[in-house]
Amino acid sequence: MTEHISLTVNGQPREGDVEPRRMLVQFLREDLELTGTHVGCDTSQCGACTVHLDGKSIKSCTMLAVQADGSTVTTIEGMAAADGALHPLQLAFWEKHGLQCGFCTPGMIMAAADLLTRDTEPSDEEIRHAIEGNICRCTGYHNIVAAIREAAVTMRAGAAAPTGAAAPTVANA
Amino acid sequence: MATDVQDVLGSSVKRVEDPRFITGKGRYLDDIVLTGMTHMAILRSPYAHANIRSVDTSAAKSMPGVIAVIVGADIPWNPLPMAWPAGGSSGIVNNVNTPRILATDSVKWTGEGVAAVVAETAEQAIDALEAIQVDYEPLPAVVDAEKATQPGAPQLHENAPNNVVFTWPVGDKAGTDKAFDEAEVVVRQRVVNHRLIPNPMEVRGDIGLYNPGTDEYTVWMSSQTPHIQRLLLAAFVTGIPEHKIRCISPDVGGAFGSKIFCYADMALVMHASKLVGGRPVKWVESRRESYGSTIHGRDHVTYIEVAGKKDGEVTGLRVKTYANLGGRLSTIGPGIPTTLYGRVLSGCYKIPNVYAEVTGVYTNTTFVDAYRGAGRPEATYVIERAMDLFANEIGMDKAAIRRKNFIPPDQFPFDNPSGLGTAVNGEKIYIDSGNYEPALNKALIAVDYQDLDKAKAEAKRRGKLLGLGLSTYIEVCGVAPSKWIGAVGEGWGAAMWESSNIKVHLTGKVIVTMGTQPQGQGHETTFSQVIAHELGVPMEDIVVQHSDTQGTPFGYGTYGSRSGTVGSTAAIKAADKIRDKARRYAAHMLEAAPDDIEVVGAEYRVKGSPEKKKTLQEIAFALDLGFSLPTGMEPYLDETAYYDTPNCTWPFGTHIAVVEIDEETGETDLIRYLAVDDVGKKINPMIVDGQLHGGIAQGVGQALWEAAIYADDGQLLSGSMMDYALPRASWLPSFELDETVTPSPVNPLGVKGVGEAGAIASTAAVANAVNDALAPLGIRHLDMPFTAQTVWRAIQTAKGGQS
Repeated sequence: MTEHISLTVNGQPREGDVEPRRMLVQFLREDLELTGTHVGCDTSQCGACTVHLDGKSIKSCTMLAVQADGSTVTTIEGMAAADGALHPLQLAFWEKHGLQCGFCTPGMIMAAADLLTRDTEPSDEEIRHAIEGNICRCTGYHNIVAAIREAAVTMRAGAAAPTGAAAPTVANA
Repeated sequence: MATDVQDVLGSSVKRVEDPRFITGKGRYLDDIVLTGMTHMAILRSPYAHANIRSVDTSAAKSMPGVIAVIVGADIPWNPLPMAWPAGGSSGIVNNVNTPRILATDSVKWTGEGVAAVVAETAEQAIDALEAIQVDYEPLPAVVDAEKATQPGAPQLHENAPNNVVFTWPVGDKAGTDKAFDEAEVVVRQRVVNHRLIPNPMEVRGDIGLYNPGTDEYTVWMSSQTPHIQRLLLAAFVTGIPEHKIRCISPDVGGAFGSKIFCYADMALVMHASKLVGGRPVKWVESRRESYGSTIHGRDHVTYIEVAGKKDGEVTGLRVKTYANLGGRLSTIGPGIPTTLYGRVLSGCYKIPNVYAEVTGVYTNTTFVDAYRGAGRPEATYVIERAMDLFANEIGMDKAAIRRKNFIPPDQFPFDNPSGLGTAVNGEKIYIDSGNYEPALNKALIAVDYQDLDKAKAEAKRRGKLLGLGLSTYIEVCGVAPSKWIGAVGEGWGAAMWESSNIKVHLTGKVIVTMGTQPQGQGHETTFSQVIAHELGVPMEDIVVQHSDTQGTPFGYGTYGSRSGTVGSTAAIKAADKIRDKARRYAAHMLEAAPDDIEVVGAEYRVKGSPEKKKTLQEIAFALDLGFSLPTGMEPYLDETAYYDTPNCTWPFGTHIAVVEIDEETGETDLIRYLAVDDVGKKINPMIVDGQLHGGIAQGVGQALWEAAIYADDGQLLSGSMMDYALPRASWLPSFELDETVTPSPVNPLGVKGVGEAGAIASTAAVANAVNDALAPLGIRHLDMPFTAQTVWRAIQTAKGGQS
């Protein structure tokens, strides 16, 4: 028995027939082949599966795909601009060495993006609190905090400055 | 390629790996989907100790989507190999029992694999596990290593009386006993270095693919050691010829030692793929499953005795350790608490008499093997706690006692008579270099050590107990000289050199293939930096490849902080050969003698006539085409080097933890963490710092939160991430790093290795800090982890209250 669901993922209309028990993360990874969202645990602890649902970060291992019917989902694959320009958080994680093995990174960036939409100038303490639901085993969080702090600065400057200067893309950075 | 190419060696260039990871384009094991792929799930024992009377798979076979059900008796292959016995060829008896691919007669821990299902989907495979009926005869279990050796304890294996795997002595027993007889002061303490679960964020998994047309197997595996696994699977487990197996590690999402080893599931996916006619078979462990199917670390009970003089000179160290190795042995389980622990117990101190006896023990728990630092964190914990305990006993300052006992800088290379310097069949290694006091002094100044008493008094007024802990650690990295670790039998039955191949292709682009296997360390960046430096080629023109036994030279993989030292030296040796051949070919092109060609970056110039030159790119183009070759020269710029290190490398440093304990609640807060590390020269300081950060966090995690806890019946109580407390961002401070630089004389770069340093030093630093904070209450030693409950109980007991 399957249910039909329709949702918007990274700006594109997507649909599928899913078993009622199918988790959103499985739908994203296996049906839509968006494998940037990872599974690191089975108890909603690690946050590697963090995506945005209607603009807020959620753990996609803890939501059934059918519950996301009609929603708008953004994954790590949807964070760069349409022209390939990287999101300031992606750039800052790269610049500040905020990742090592990279497995927690997509979820960490999604959680941080949610924070920076709520608070444009978080303290280190607020950053550490905001990513408490995301576990990184490689970095000791030191450079992740630095990266989020840096991205906040970039985003504030970007919000204040006139548009025009394009951020670098992976290809030319 | 001009001579003005920026030299990137030693600079913090951004990682070339990162674009794929920050955009979600990494390719980890579970991201791989193959045509016709099936999914496997493994039924695991719910009992810690039981005999298997029967396994009934009939109902499971008729479940939806099920293609095959496998039990242990179906598989004709050998049990897994154990490659590093205690003592090697020294005559020490190792009572070896290793896991079968699936258990047949008995299970020895909760989580041992008993049967497997292959189905069209992962969900169907998991569902069908429920329908397998296993008739178990439960047996009494034992989980504590010390108790397991006592009379009357449940016995796990017929060939291991009292559950003893081995008893391994090291050092001079008579001399050490004499030092204790003559000592002015003797301090004794039992310490527990508790069990940990490595917890890389990516769990393990494999995909097996059998090709019926060629009779070949391909195994994708989340592994640190694809070459070793091919060797072990071929020669020891399956009997399938080595050239019929190809192993591939895709992007690996962390490992910390846990993915070094040969696991039963690797062979199982091979068997399963052949069984289902050559369809690919994927198995990925769940996190909960991982806690029983992937190795654990540490788990020592140790009796420490320190002998010395009232002036602080330590004259003897005697250690008895029970090392819990689990229900059956993992690939190098016995090697960790022996060579990598017992032989480095004296740390950075010139203790003249050291004797240790290590007993490896079977218990009804998950197997134990190398976890970040592997033996060396346990040794550092012993010696650094010992120094503090001795200092407290004689009323000496904890920095002063370390200064008094440091190996002096003029005594390197240091031949430690009772440690690693102990000759095995005439071969020994020595501590290559060191200068310990500057690192200690730098850290003490940074933490305002002279104001410690004032800081404690100020904290006390706020109801807090402030403690400061030192850890002046040393580690052995860059494992290892093959003649010592392999040939003479101290280590495992293999060599430990490394390999690199460099090809400069017609367009001048450089492909470097390595026998090492990263798991987040950034090898594609650092090896590119090294080769860019060596050949004068821009990093953008270099790609570093690894991970696939087809297309990379045989190598021993990445662990033991060896890739920067042994691996990059292999790459430098290959670059030397490239440069030498390019020089000879440049001489041919320029009609000069090879000795008259000087190499400046990527330019090969005629000495005295710098306008007469060829770039490496021009040389590669002509040489790779080979239209005109000097007599005896083969076409193509393609060179391979195998490098065996003459010695290990010896990073050191001082780590300082400052904690505040809430006297009312027992809650411990790590308020500062400082580290002055000497890892020699750095290829990429940004990556070095990142390695230190991560290692520190893992070591702090052990001291304060993490613990694998078993119930007496062998059930893992900390069996999920909800119960096993991994460090979170809000629990940790930012770390304050500094350095001293004593280049290693062992390799041309002067590098030492940094992957494990943080984890080796930090547990002891935090433990010393907590014990320092509790000392005013008369608490002499408290075992980790220092959870609020543990500390609160200790405070209440010390104050004479109820606990």
